[in-house]
Amino acid sequence: MLGRKVTLKNQFKEIALYQNRMVVSFIIIFLMMILLLVWVANLQIFHYERYRTESDNNRIRVVPVAPTRGLIYDRNGVILAENRSVYSLEVVPEKVNDLTETVNQLQKLLTIDNDDVERFWQDFRRTRERFKKIPLKSKLTEKQVALFAVERHKFPGVSIEARLVRYYPYGEILVHALGYVGRINDRELQSIDQENYKATRHIGKVGLEKFYESILHGTIGSQTVVTDVQGRVVDDSISKKPPVAGTDLHLELDLELQKTAFKALEGKRGSVVAVDPKTGGVLALVSTPGYDPNLFVTGISSKDYKALLNPDRPLFNRALRGQYSPGSTIKPHLAWLALQNNIVTPSYSIVDKGVYFLPTDDEQKFRDWKKGGHGDSISYRRAIIQSCDTYFYEVAFKMGIDLIAKGMMQFGFGQDTKIDMGEEVPGLMPTREWKKGARGVHWFPGDTVNTGIGQGYWLSTPLQLANASAAIANDGERYNLRLVSAIGIGETKKLIEPQLAEEQVDIGDGLHWQRVQDAMKDVNHNLIIGTAKSAFGDAKYKSAGKTGTVQLVALGEDRDKEKENLAERHRDNALYIGYAPFENPTIAVSVVVENAGGGGSNAAPIARKVIDQYLLKSNKDSR
Amino acid sequence: MNGPSHTHKERQSLIWRLHMDMPLLFGLCLLMGFGLMVLYSAGGESESLIYRQVTRLGMGCAIMFVIAQFPPRFYAKWAPALYGFGIVLLLAVLIMGDEGKGAQRWLVFGGFRFQPSEIMKLAVPMMVAWYFSERVLPCRKRELFVAFLIVMCPTLLILKQPDLGTSLLIAASGIFVIYLSGVSWKLIAGFGVTGIIYAPVHWFFVMREYQRERVRVFLDPERDPLGSGYHIIQSKIAIGSGGTSGKGWLKGTQSQLEFLPERSTDFIFAVLGEEFGLVGVAVLLSIYLIVIARGIYIGTQAQETFSRLLAGAIILTFFIYLFVNIGMVTGLLPVVGLPLPLVSYGGTSMVTLLAGFGMLMSIYTHRKLVST
Repeated sequence: MLGRKVTLKNQFKEIALYQNRMVVSFIIIFLMMILLLVWVANLQIFHYERYRTESDNNRIRVVPVAPTRGLIYDRNGVILAENRSVYSLEVVPEKVNDLTETVNQLQKLLTIDNDDVERFWQDFRRTRERFKKIPLKSKLTEKQVALFAVERHKFPGVSIEARLVRYYPYGEILVHALGYVGRINDRELQSIDQENYKATRHIGKVGLEKFYESILHGTIGSQTVVTDVQGRVVDDSISKKPPVAGTDLHLELDLELQKTAFKALEGKRGSVVAVDPKTGGVLALVSTPGYDPNLFVTGISSKDYKALLNPDRPLFNRALRGQYSPGSTIKPHLAWLALQNNIVTPSYSIVDKGVYFLPTDDEQKFRDWKKGGHGDSISYRRAIIQSCDTYFYEVAFKMGIDLIAKGMMQFGFGQDTKIDMGEEVPGLMPTREWKKGARGVHWFPGDTVNTGIGQGYWLSTPLQLANASAAIANDGERYNLRLVSAIGIGETKKLIEPQLAEEQVDIGDGLHWQRVQDAMKDVNHNLIIGTAKSAFGDAKYKSAGKTGTVQLVALGEDRDKEKENLAERHRDNALYIGYAPFENPTIAVSVVVENAGGGGSNAAPIARKVIDQYLLKSNKDSR
Repeated sequence: MNGPSHTHKERQSLIWRLHMDMPLLFGLCLLMGFGLMVLYSAGGESESLIYRQVTRLGMGCAIMFVIAQFPPRFYAKWAPALYGFGIVLLLAVLIMGDEGKGAQRWLVFGGFRFQPSEIMKLAVPMMVAWYFSERVLPCRKRELFVAFLIVMCPTLLILKQPDLGTSLLIAASGIFVIYLSGVSWKLIAGFGVTGIIYAPVHWFFVMREYQRERVRVFLDPERDPLGSGYHIIQSKIAIGSGGTSGKGWLKGTQSQLEFLPERSTDFIFAVLGEEFGLVGVAVLLSIYLIVIARGIYIGTQAQETFSRLLAGAIILTFFIYLFVNIGMVTGLLPVVGLPLPLVSYGGTSMVTLLAGFGMLMSIYTHRKLVST
């Protein structure tokens, strides 16, 4: 059947050969089996510990648990900054097959802003930790949550998480007092304790939130869990170390007062600061326009941000960083300084014809704000009540800049108020040395004369003005300003002692305080000549104050007429400082309204509203 | 069965009349049973998965049974036709095949898909064995060349799909026939040396980038810990963490928490290693050794050249199958997508394997027994 070849085949030789090959094969197979077994034994016995650890590392994860941020309360226990549960859409990039595609689809599905997507990619590039949830969209609406829930099976690695996020119920009213928190950025990442912030997404960016970050943040906790490869927690009962919540802050601030001040300033650019003269506690701190800090918490859209970069500069904290010529508001301080140093006697008076010439130079004219002057026998008292410039030109010249600068620094000008917000600017109390250094020019007597009415180089912040007002109310005793009066809650609540400012006024003769205070009382209550009489004349309480109207551009002879034609931005700043009640002051204020005109008619009424609120409403019970 | 009437206990038994080989059947059943147990755990205790696997095993056993009924001569006769048919199908795949996982491997026939390369797993050794069966062995160089051509044609066609694992197996099955035909060791050594010289050429001019990457990642899994290296890393962790006695059935964390990819298919060995430890691995290897030893025995008992060569090639290929898989899963060899024979979840290859065992049984039970 198989033909001729069969006869040629040597079956026995073939079989022998075959069997030989099979035996060789079997030996090789056996050896290779042994090799496999040895190899597996090598993994399972000699490297057992290593692989056991690696398998545990795979499934056992220590999940950091973020502490709850401390709350912020006003003096009456009203919550000013809280933490709200917010739904956010989060992505674990390692679990997503095509990240770009997934993000695009989610963006379409939930109509997510490009800003959010951009921020997500930034976060994604920055995150070094594996399997970390990166937020794609914070603050999901209920509709978005529902939309995603239906489609979620299409998005492995994407989930909706409920997180506590800072919320400021009073928005723009308090923004310049509290500041806000926002997402941690690269720069902050370098400086924070990364271990403690592992689970934290937000950090104080500005103001109080930033200043007290270390107190508000708290201490991270952790939880050991077993997860599957998707990161789903299979067993969370292994071990737990709860986080320590951040410490609460209790402010001196009075929310109702703050609201009143904000309302009184609304629509204007300016600032109101109210302090307790007995402690330096800030009762209200308003800067307008404000903005909604909640926009910044979860990330502001570029459109919203651009809108905030308008010429009114809502982001600018005028109370803290606005530097204004104090104008006539510092006349009481200068008067006290002159009296205290016997530069003038209380009875010393001048004849004011509306213009002042330096004794050494009759070329340079210094005009009073009132054309033709304030008339005969202008003493310190009438000079304060009517805000006579000519008197103070002369007194300033007599005192000289060195005395003025030293005395005014003791009232806190040119120095930080030490307020617990950070980023405060010190303003500028000009001195000879300063002018030489900064301008390269000698100090001229004319500079001193201008300083006498709070103009020229002198710059002050609304905080300093309020503090200087408080100093007069307090017979010279001046405190560092502060927002926080206590930290913690319940039994661990810790009061913080008020602190006297380092530079104190040489108190000296108590009589001079009374003289200046009386004059300031007449500013408000002298119904004939007081510059703030229309604002305070009918008040139910006695108070003290001083107006200021600060010219921003140089005007010629016919100044009243020219003023009407000035561009809005070049109009005078309206200022006011004051305190009340007169006998036992509990509130001192400063008001600055940019480009509003006269201080008596534009700033003093705002101060009146604020003081009314504090004395007649907020603090009624304690009165 | 018209063999000479020899009274032997075997002859009377039902199993013999059914052309089944008891020891081989026993080994295969052990293997399949153990495999199902591991698969139950690997598949997350899915009963439907087990059901489908049992169905497939049943089908495979049925085919094995049918194949065992025909004598080896029948297969020798049909070998060239089957081989030719296979080549045609492979060409068809390249021209109009269906793509699955980025490679053309499938042909769609009236609604169901199959891989023609599976036919070749048997057709190639059959063809080479048939070619040698009518020639004086060891063969001459010209015949050897023809034999190589027979092997290389389908190998290259499948490599082009591309399916490295299967082409490797098919080449091995054909080469085993050549080896068993008694090619001199000198020639074998010559080929070995040629292979070593050829390897770099292959690396640079023949291999696809993804294949090269597999090799690179194999040499250093950390290169791509989230991509292809991830498989090996996780699999080694699974096996290594199993230790001597394993974490226990259904208790492997790597597999149950799904860190181990493809745990019910190509990487099922890692599940076994994790849950049953070194003991389980030794048991599995022992079962495989039983099957292989029996296969080799059957080969040595075969009476015709064709059956002898075929039996040897089938059983040696079977070993290559498991060796490559276990080697890959344990990180000893590069990742080539081959299932663990008769244990991994999955269809076609299992049927082919059982068909091969059917042939072994056919070869053993159709012998003309010579009295002693």
